Amino acid sequence: MGMTMTQKILAAHAGLDHVEAGQLISAKLDVVLGNDITTPVAINEFKKAGFTDVFDKDRIAVVLDHFVPNKDIKAAEQSKQCRDFACEHCVSHFYDVGKMGIEHALLPEQGVVCAGDCIIGADSHTCTYGALGAFSTGVGSTDMAAGMATGTAWFKVPSAIRFELTGELPETCSGKDVILSIIGQIGVDGALYRSMEFTGPGVASLSMDDRLCICNMAIEAGAKNGIFPVDQRTIEYMEGRCERKPVVYEADPDAVYEQTISIDLSQIVPTVSCPHLPENTHPAKELHDIKIDQVVIGSCTNGRMEDMETAYRTLNGKKIAPGIRCIIIPATMQIMRECIERGYVTAFIDAGAVVSTPTCGPCLGGYMGILAAGERCIATTNRNFVGRMGHVDSEVYLASPATAAASALTGHITEPEEV
Amino acid sequence: MKTQGHVFKYPDNVDTDVIIPARYLNTPNADELAQHCMEDIDTDFVKKVQPGDIMVAGWNFGCGSSREHAPLVIKTCRTGCVIAKSFARIFYRNAINIGLPILECEQAAEEISAGDEVTVDFDTGTISNLTTGKTYQAQPFPPFIQNIIAKGGLLASLKEG
Repeated sequence: MGMTMTQKILAAHAGLDHVEAGQLISAKLDVVLGNDITTPVAINEFKKAGFTDVFDKDRIAVVLDHFVPNKDIKAAEQSKQCRDFACEHCVSHFYDVGKMGIEHALLPEQGVVCAGDCIIGADSHTCTYGALGAFSTGVGSTDMAAGMATGTAWFKVPSAIRFELTGELPETCSGKDVILSIIGQIGVDGALYRSMEFTGPGVASLSMDDRLCICNMAIEAGAKNGIFPVDQRTIEYMEGRCERKPVVYEADPDAVYEQTISIDLSQIVPTVSCPHLPENTHPAKELHDIKIDQVVIGSCTNGRMEDMETAYRTLNGKKIAPGIRCIIIPATMQIMRECIERGYVTAFIDAGAVVSTPTCGPCLGGYMGILAAGERCIATTNRNFVGRMGHVDSEVYLASPATAAASALTGHITEPEEV
Repeated sequence: MKTQGHVFKYPDNVDTDVIIPARYLNTPNADELAQHCMEDIDTDFVKKVQPGDIMVAGWNFGCGSSREHAPLVIKTCRTGCVIAKSFARIFYRNAINIGLPILECEQAAEEISAGDEVTVDFDTGTISNLTTGKTYQAQPFPPFIQNIIAKGGLLASLKEG
């Protein structure tokens, strides 16, 4: 019986010729990741268990991104704990203010993760790196601690749903509309415990930023991981970035999938997830009556260069609607710098937006854009749960950068082609 | 190992943001965090929960963030266990790793009501509703996971080898 792409990567990292769905394995890890919220808990567990050394200082990544630059004294203490630990163990990939970015934009950009890797991260959106053809999944702090100490983790080998992509996206749509549509179709537990494997001729037309965005939100369908095949575009993206030689795995022709779902990319429309679950999707054009107070363009889902380009194309030379607060957050310092050099930051400010240095801040209701009771935000982030961006009586609508930027100009939910 | 207590009932898709909102995650201190357990959907939980009480929920309990703080606050409130129709995978893994007992049982999760008095025997997976007299059988954990739980969590099991 053939293996899926995910199963082949897991088999190779478990030192086995073959694995099958449901099998419990112990796999070697290429990268173990944590952030400023999850790493302190991991450090405490690591120490409590009596570990003194990390398995490989070059395979651990600690990124301060959720509450930095520190939002308050407690956040500062958490950052300090991460900093001290990274320093004590000479962690190579420690990213502090000035070098940091939102982890899931930063690690692919910096070449810390690459094709064929087996990666765990104490952050649920660690599934992002599947876009590079890696197995990558979110775990908790205790798994991070165990991973840092031993370089291994236990996994139950997942079965998979295959998404057969055909056609090309309309100009007004991006990877975000694809993944929101899929989550709307299968539900927030539609891929629970399973892999989402994206294949088919439509893959070639998707940019790396589209693929990263699609894999990023696999967790929002409950998936263990999302994964794309490695093609010429992936190879070109990794060239000159990755520290290690990428390893390319392909699904066996006779791999077994629980289900195959066909997605015609040309039929995707600008899509919005309404409160309070990502599966609550509607075409943007049906939501014109929804007035908004705030727009957030950024996050590990949509803070990449293409997202900034989209925001620029929409906002350049125009004015954000009166009374609307528009917050734009490039996801890494490299993207921030590029936005400055290309004149995007000036254009954003002239349009009436604010531009922040990289942070997860508003996405999880941390800081930098918290909502009051009764307020609504359209955001390019990934979750719209109750209280996610602030008050329990506030609302978050999830959308693509194109839809969010268009809505910033009108003050209500607006399709990209209307502006 | 057993627990006995009254039931707090929750719907499908209880996410980690309502179990412990991110605005409080500027500390890893479990006692401090536990004061806010469930507050965005149930402000009474922390005031009313007694040691051994049981959470019963629908599908996909614990979806969303990977924050281990979520099972940790439920455990720190001395909740005896969580019964759900299904668990989100990271929450499931985290609960096992930190030693919060969880059980998947669709029928029990469907039929048990808020306030019912329930006992759970973790060795056999038997759930007994003392209020209605009905019993249910939960799915047992695979032996590999039972070993982690028996050793007191993932790190303890690693140290023992």
